[in-house]
Amino acid sequence: MRDFSYLRATSPAAAREAAALPGAMLLAGGTTLLDLAKCGVAEPETLVDISHLKGLDTIEVGEHGARLGALAKMSQVAGHEGIKSRFPAVSEALWQAASAQIRNMASIGGNLMQRTRCPYFRDPANFPACNKREPGSGCSAIGGVTRGHAVLGTSEACIAMYPGDLAVALVAFDATVHLGERQLSVDDFFLLPGTTPEREHAIQPGEMITQISIPASAAARRSTYLKVRDRQSYEFAAASAAVGIELEADGRTIRDLRVALGGVATKPWRARAVEEALKGKVLEEDAVRRASLLAVEGAVDHGANHYKIELAPRVVARAILKTGAMA
Amino acid sequence: MTIHDLRTRHGDASDGSADQVGGRLSRVDGPAKITGAAKYAVEQQLEGLAHAVLVESTVAAGKVRAIDTAAAEGAPGVLLVLTPDTIPPLKTASDWFGTPPPDVPYCPLARDIAFSGQHVAAVVAESFEQAVAAAALVKVSYDEAPAVADLSDPKAGDGIPIDMMTKEWGEAEAAFASAPVRICAAYNTPREYQAPMEPHGLIAAWQGDRLTVWEPSQWLDGMARTYAEWFAIPFENVRLVSPYIGGGFGSKALALSHGAVAASAAKMLGRPVRLVMSRPQTFTGYGGRAATRQTVTLGADRDGKIQSIVHRGVNETSMGGMWVEPLGSVTSVMYATPNFSSKQNVVRVNSVVPGAMRAPGENPSAFGIESAIDELAYVVGIDPLEIRLRNYAEQDPHARKAWSTRQLREAFAAGAEAFGWARRSPAPRSMRDGNQLIGWGVAAGTYPVRRAYGEALVRILADGTVEVESSSIDMGQGTYTILAQTAAETLGVPADNVVVKLGDSRFARAGVTGGSRLAGIMTGAVHKAAGAALDQLVGLAISDPRSPFHALQANTLVVAGGRVSSPRGDGPEVSIAELLASVGADQIEAKGDTMPANSTAEDRYKAYTTIATPLTHTDGDYSRHSWCAHFIEVRVDEDFGTVRVSRVVSALDSGRLYNPKLAESQWKGGIIMGIGQALLEEGIVDRRHGRIVNNNLADYLVPTNADIPDIQTISVGIPDPHSSALGGKGVGELAIVGVAPAVANAVFHATGKRVRDLPITLEKLI
Repeated sequence: MRDFSYLRATSPAAAREAAALPGAMLLAGGTTLLDLAKCGVAEPETLVDISHLKGLDTIEVGEHGARLGALAKMSQVAGHEGIKSRFPAVSEALWQAASAQIRNMASIGGNLMQRTRCPYFRDPANFPACNKREPGSGCSAIGGVTRGHAVLGTSEACIAMYPGDLAVALVAFDATVHLGERQLSVDDFFLLPGTTPEREHAIQPGEMITQISIPASAAARRSTYLKVRDRQSYEFAAASAAVGIELEADGRTIRDLRVALGGVATKPWRARAVEEALKGKVLEEDAVRRASLLAVEGAVDHGANHYKIELAPRVVARAILKTGAMA
Repeated sequence: MTIHDLRTRHGDASDGSADQVGGRLSRVDGPAKITGAAKYAVEQQLEGLAHAVLVESTVAAGKVRAIDTAAAEGAPGVLLVLTPDTIPPLKTASDWFGTPPPDVPYCPLARDIAFSGQHVAAVVAESFEQAVAAAALVKVSYDEAPAVADLSDPKAGDGIPIDMMTKEWGEAEAAFASAPVRICAAYNTPREYQAPMEPHGLIAAWQGDRLTVWEPSQWLDGMARTYAEWFAIPFENVRLVSPYIGGGFGSKALALSHGAVAASAAKMLGRPVRLVMSRPQTFTGYGGRAATRQTVTLGADRDGKIQSIVHRGVNETSMGGMWVEPLGSVTSVMYATPNFSSKQNVVRVNSVVPGAMRAPGENPSAFGIESAIDELAYVVGIDPLEIRLRNYAEQDPHARKAWSTRQLREAFAAGAEAFGWARRSPAPRSMRDGNQLIGWGVAAGTYPVRRAYGEALVRILADGTVEVESSSIDMGQGTYTILAQTAAETLGVPADNVVVKLGDSRFARAGVTGGSRLAGIMTGAVHKAAGAALDQLVGLAISDPRSPFHALQANTLVVAGGRVSSPRGDGPEVSIAELLASVGADQIEAKGDTMPANSTAEDRYKAYTTIATPLTHTDGDYSRHSWCAHFIEVRVDEDFGTVRVSRVVSALDSGRLYNPKLAESQWKGGIIMGIGQALLEEGIVDRRHGRIVNNNLADYLVPTNADIPDIQTISVGIPDPHSSALGGKGVGELAIVGVAPAVANAVFHATGKRVRDLPITLEKLI
C-alpha cells in the first residue's frame, strides 16, 4: 500500500468537493476500498473520510417506500423492522451477504460501489492484463479460471461478475440512487462492461451517494432473496434471485412479478423476460420452470462457469414458487 | 526404584478429576488467548524493529534475468533490498532425517524459478507499509520457460516410481482377474492448504553470533538446528521462541526460506527484523497437501468378501523437492485381503514442494479405499456397514502382527447405534425431505501411532508451585493442559498449582509435534520427571533431620492435594511449601525423558532435531493404530446440487484420553476440516500461469459455523500399553481420516451420483 493523504470531510458538500480532485476517493466503511488498496488495485492519493458525517445514516420506512441513508450500515438495514416487513428481499439479501463483521462496518452507499471479485482483477502483480484496471491491456480471465465469472452481460473486454447481493434486490424493486441532487435508477447506476469495463458505475467525480430510495409495492412486500452457493455463509453467490410477487384477488394469478439475478451477470440483472412471461398467468410449477429458463436468454459461458446457465433458472423458479407460497 | 508409590493409573479411556490425567480440565491457556494476553511470535515489541516484505516470482518456470532495485532502494524508509546477488550465501542445512547436506551454498532467494510465488527478493524498511510499497517497485524480468502446471498437464507424464512405497502380498492381479465381482475406479483429491489463522512469519534478532527467533513452530529443536546450520553457528546459539501458535496443521514444522531471509536481513542490519507472509503468500510460501490421483481395484466374491486389492497412486511434488504422500497407507491395513498390491509414483510439477497437512497420506488414502468399498457394497447389494465388518482385518494384514488395540468393531457398533443406521433405507435416492435428497454414509479411518522421544523438567518451587518446562509446543491441541494434569496427578498437587512452560528451545527438548505423537510422548516424559521430583521431595522429608517427618522413621509418605502426610496418618501433615521451608530447600528439580537409559548426547540431539526415529508403529509384536468410524447425513438440494452435512456421529478409538474435553475438541476440529475437504477446499490452478488463483480466505473456502451441524463424538478407546506410557494413542490426525469418503458415500446414497473428485461442489451434482 503506498502513502496517501487522509482528509476528514466536514460536510457532504466539502466531501464532494474534495472527492472531485484527481486521485481522491471517498472512504466510508472501508471494507472494499482498504481491501483493494492492499491488493494494489486501488491506489488513492487522497482518502476523503465521510464515515462520521451526520444525517446520512438514517433509515426511514413508510407508506410510500424506504429511504436508506448512504452511511447506514448493512447490518442496520438488514435488521430494520420496516425493511424486514415491507422489503423482506432487501433484508435477506443483506444478511446473506459478506460476514457479520463486514456487515457491521460496510455502508449501504459503499455496498453499491463494491467491485468484482475476479481474481485476475485483484492481482495486478501477477496478471497485468485487465481491461477493468488498465483499459486496453486485455482480459486475463478469458481462457483462465472462470468458475466464478459472468454468463450474462459479458463482452470481449470483460467477463467479471458483479458479486453483490443488495443491488440485486434493489433493481428488482426499481430503487433509485440519490447522488445529491441527481437521481438515477439503480439499474442505470450499474454499467455493462462493453468496451469500457473500467467504468462500472454512472457516478461522476465529485458526486457522492447520499441516499437510496425504494418505492413501496405489493411485490416488494411479498418478496424473497434466494442465494445459492457451495458454502452456507460468507461466499459470493453461485446464483441468486430476488423475487417479488403480487397476486390478483383470486390468490393464484400473477398481477405483478419482479425478478432479478445475482452471481451470474456483470451487473445486477433484471430478468424482465421472466416477469413478462408470467404476468397474468396462474402461478403453477411447470409454467414457472418454463418461464424461468428465459432468465438466461443470451447467456454465454466460458467453460467452468457453464453450470450457472443450468443453475440460475432453477434458482429463479424456486424463488418464485417460494414467494408465491408465502402467506 | 522409587521410594513412593508412583501414581500410574491406567483406568478406562476417560477417567479422573480435573487434577488427574483423564479429567475434563478446560484449556489452561484459554483465558490468555481469549483476552489477548497471549503474545504470538510476531507481536513481540522489540527496539529498532525493521520490517521485511517478500517479492515473489510471477512466472512458474524459468530464470531471473535481472532485478531492478533502484526505485525500491530510493523509496521512503527502505533500509535494504535483498536479491540473490546481494543476500550473503548460507550453508545448506540437513534435511529432517538429519542427512548430512551437500557442501554447497544455500540462497533463500531464487535465481532459477521452479514455481510461481517463489521468493526472488525482499525489501526491508522502517515500517511494514513502506516495505510493502517498496516491494511493489522491485522490477524483476525473467527468461520464462514452459511450466508443468499440475497433474492434469499433458506434460506431467507418469512420474517417478517410489519403490519404497510398494506393498505386495499374494497374487493381486491374478486374483482380481478371476474374482466374480470386480470394480475399478479413480479417485482424485486437489491441492489443499493448511490455512492457519495465524500466517507464517517471524522476528529474528542477533546478539553477536547468537540468534533468537520468535516464530510459530511445531518443532523448536528441528528449526533451531536448521537456523544453526544455515548460519554455521552452534545449535546452542539459536533460541527459538514459540509459546503460542495460531494453528499449524503440519505447516509449521520446518524452518523455511522466508525465515532465512529475515534472519539474514537482521544480521546484515544489526537490527531485529520482522517478516510476515501475506495471506496470498501462504499459498505459495510453503506447501499444502499435494494433489493426488488413485486407482482402486477391488476383486470380491458375491457376498462382498474382498479377494484382491490393486492400488495405484500418484501425488504431485515440486521440480526440485521430493514429497511423497503415502497413498497406500490406509489401503494396506483397513481390510483383510489375501492378495494385495499398492504402488506409487510422484510427478514433478511447477509448484512449491508440497508439505504435511493433517494426516498426510492416510487422509487421501482413505478417500480411495473407503469410497471403493462403498461402491463394492452397492454392486453386491450389501449394507455399507456390513461389508466393512465382513472384511474386518483381525490382524495387520501387511505387517502380519496383532493389533495392539483395535476398537474399530466397537466404533462401528457405537456409531451405528447412536446414528440410527438400522433405519437407513438402502436404495440411493430413497430418502428425501421436500427438495432435499437425504443420504447416509459411513466410512472408517485410521492413523498409526507414531512414537518418539521427549524430555521434561519438573520443578517444585519453595511456595509449593510446580513448574513444568519443555520445548514442545501447544498449537491448540492442549499440551499445556494435559501436562499440567500429568504433573498434578503424579505429584499429588492441584492442577491449578502447576505452571507449564512450553515453546522455548532453552527448555528440556522435544521432537516434532506432528503425526499425533506429542501427547503420548510428553505425558510419559512429564510423568517420569514428576516422579523423580516426588522421589526427591519424599526422600528429603524422610531423611533430612530438620524435616517434621524425620522422627517418624517412615519409608514413604503420601502427597495429596499439595499436602504431605504419612501413609497411616499418624504423623504431621504439612504443605509442600512448609516441608521445603523446614528442610531449607529453595526448590526441587528433576528432569525426565523417554529415551533409552544408555543414550548418548549425540543420540539425544538426533532424537530431538530429526525425525530419524527408530520407533515405528509395527516395532515388536504389535501393530499400533488409532481407529474411527464416521456416520454422516447429508442433504442435497435436488435442483441446486448444494450439499449440506446435517448430522455427524463419529466413534473413535484413540486409546486412553488424557483429557476427554480436549480430545473431543480435536476430533471435532478434524471432522470439520474433513467436511471442508469433502465439500469446499481446492487450490485452483490457472494452467496457463501455473498459479493458484484463489489464494485468499474469501475464495479458498473452508467451512463456516453455518456449514457445520452438531457433531457427536463417542470414545470407544481402551488404554493401550503398547502405544504410550499412559495408554493413549493418537488424537489430532485421526478424526479427519475417513470424513471425506463418508460424505461422498452419503452423497451417493442421497443422489445416486458417485463423485470421485474432491471437492463435491454443486456443479458436479446438477
